Amino acid sequence: MLELQNISFIVPTEDGGQKAILNDVSVKIDDRFVAITGPNGGGKSTLAKIIAGIYTPTSGKILFDGVDITNKNITERANMGISFAFQQPVRFKGLTVRDLITLAAGKQISVSEACTYLSEVGLCARDYIDREVNASLSGGELKRIEIAMIMARGTKLSVFDEPEAGIDLWSFNNLIRVFEKMHEQTNGSILIISHQERILNIADKILVVANGEVTKYGNKEDILPSLLRGETSSVCSKAAN
Amino acid sequence: MDNIQKNLLMQIADLHSVPEGAYNIRANGELGGRNTTANIDIVTKQDKPGIDIIIKPNTKNESVHIPVIISKTGVEDLVYNDFYIGENADVTIVAGCGIHNTGDSKSEHDGIHTFHVGKNAKVVYVEKHYGDGDGNGENVMNPTTVIEIDEGGYLEMETTQIKGIDSTVRVTNAILANDAKLVIREKIMTHGTQLAKTDFTVDLNGENSSANVISRSVAKDKSHQIFLSNIKGNNKCAGHTECDSIIMDDATVSAIPEITANHIDASLIHEAAIGKIAGEQLIKLMTLGLTEQQAEEQIVNGFLK
Repeated sequence: MLELQNISFIVPTEDGGQKAILNDVSVKIDDRFVAITGPNGGGKSTLAKIIAGIYTPTSGKILFDGVDITNKNITERANMGISFAFQQPVRFKGLTVRDLITLAAGKQISVSEACTYLSEVGLCARDYIDREVNASLSGGELKRIEIAMIMARGTKLSVFDEPEAGIDLWSFNNLIRVFEKMHEQTNGSILIISHQERILNIADKILVVANGEVTKYGNKEDILPSLLRGETSSVCSKAAN
Repeated sequence: MDNIQKNLLMQIADLHSVPEGAYNIRANGELGGRNTTANIDIVTKQDKPGIDIIIKPNTKNESVHIPVIISKTGVEDLVYNDFYIGENADVTIVAGCGIHNTGDSKSEHDGIHTFHVGKNAKVVYVEKHYGDGDGNGENVMNPTTVIEIDEGGYLEMETTQIKGIDSTVRVTNAILANDAKLVIREKIMTHGTQLAKTDFTVDLNGENSSANVISRSVAKDKSHQIFLSNIKGNNKCAGHTECDSIIMDDATVSAIPEITANHIDASLIHEAAIGKIAGEQLIKLMTLGLTEQQAEEQIVNGFLK
């Protein structure tokens, strides 16, 4: 499905030097549900953005279903079957929830279809479908709409950057159910950046990224216990903050 | 009516043929058709070009269409249209001007519309401006709108200029009596080297009067826009003015909102924002499979919807 070969991402620093956000990352993702975790600032979001084509790696290669996509732009990758849910969803003056879900689906869909996706993420569809995706929506509402858009796309690879961030405790339980269901139903792979034990617990595999490198990668059963013992300080054991 | 005129009519008034109800079509500076109803009379002015539209008190759910179309080059047209809306009437007025200029001479339409909105009357006024034609002649429109709203009256004005007008200076002056309410929604898109200037002045003279002036605009290429708005609170009243612009390419935009409180109980707000399309908005739509250009179109169309 997705293979990263020796990916590095180096940025200039203020003092004229260089900093490696990612350093020679190689990983192969074939499972239905892979969680990426690790300390803040460790390079997880950068890795997700490199997969989506938002950042171009300084060196290394990205293969998607065996095809080298390193030089493909965001649009090309989206059309090849990569979806990306932002950690901080974007607001649009004038575009409605229905507009965005329709664009995500890539075709005209009925109102009831659009509503189905919203209901899946716990939003009362009737109240939201014609609302503008502007500052009147809360952070939690936007996050759920963001997830609904990824569901509407239904692509081979769905990348989520901390979907739980900004979601309240009550919604969090629903969110877990959403991802459990996605795990059951997906025809592709889900790659999810998370700090939450309950999301890591759904994963088939866990990838730990710290200091720009892959420090652990393996089956959940092997990785999660060591994380919970505090060997990596980044994972919360409580459901939500 | 030829196909060019029919197309203009569709662009400015969504009309495929002559409208139902009262109408007055002005084509190339001359009367192109008129219909009156039992409640709505249209009378040609004797002292100057233009018409009086007289709507009887208590007229409900009727509409008046008064489109102006110019399909010849070099036509310079000036009209005075006065609307007298009787007490308790509830009507929709659709105006608009379309210019198709394939020649090298300037075509210009300047309309001066005056609304006398009677007590407790309700008016929805829709105005669209549109230009096309591949000639070098300029398409110019300078609409002036004067609004007087009597006690408890309401006027909602939707004014749209999306394409093809090379130069426009739009002046709107309103005076509101007790409990009168005014809502203005303006949408403008300029491209090429076009100039669009809008200038709203609202006098909130009546107790509990209110005004909401909202402008959304997109300036592309080398076009220039100026937004002026002055709401004066002369009594216990509420006023809000908002200008929101997307700037693209080498365009320039000035927003100059002004509020003046001349009364202790006047509550007035102004907001203005100008900015380019956020990079993250483009990226988000590109991750849905749109090209950068398609993403830009979606954002602009949504903004002006």
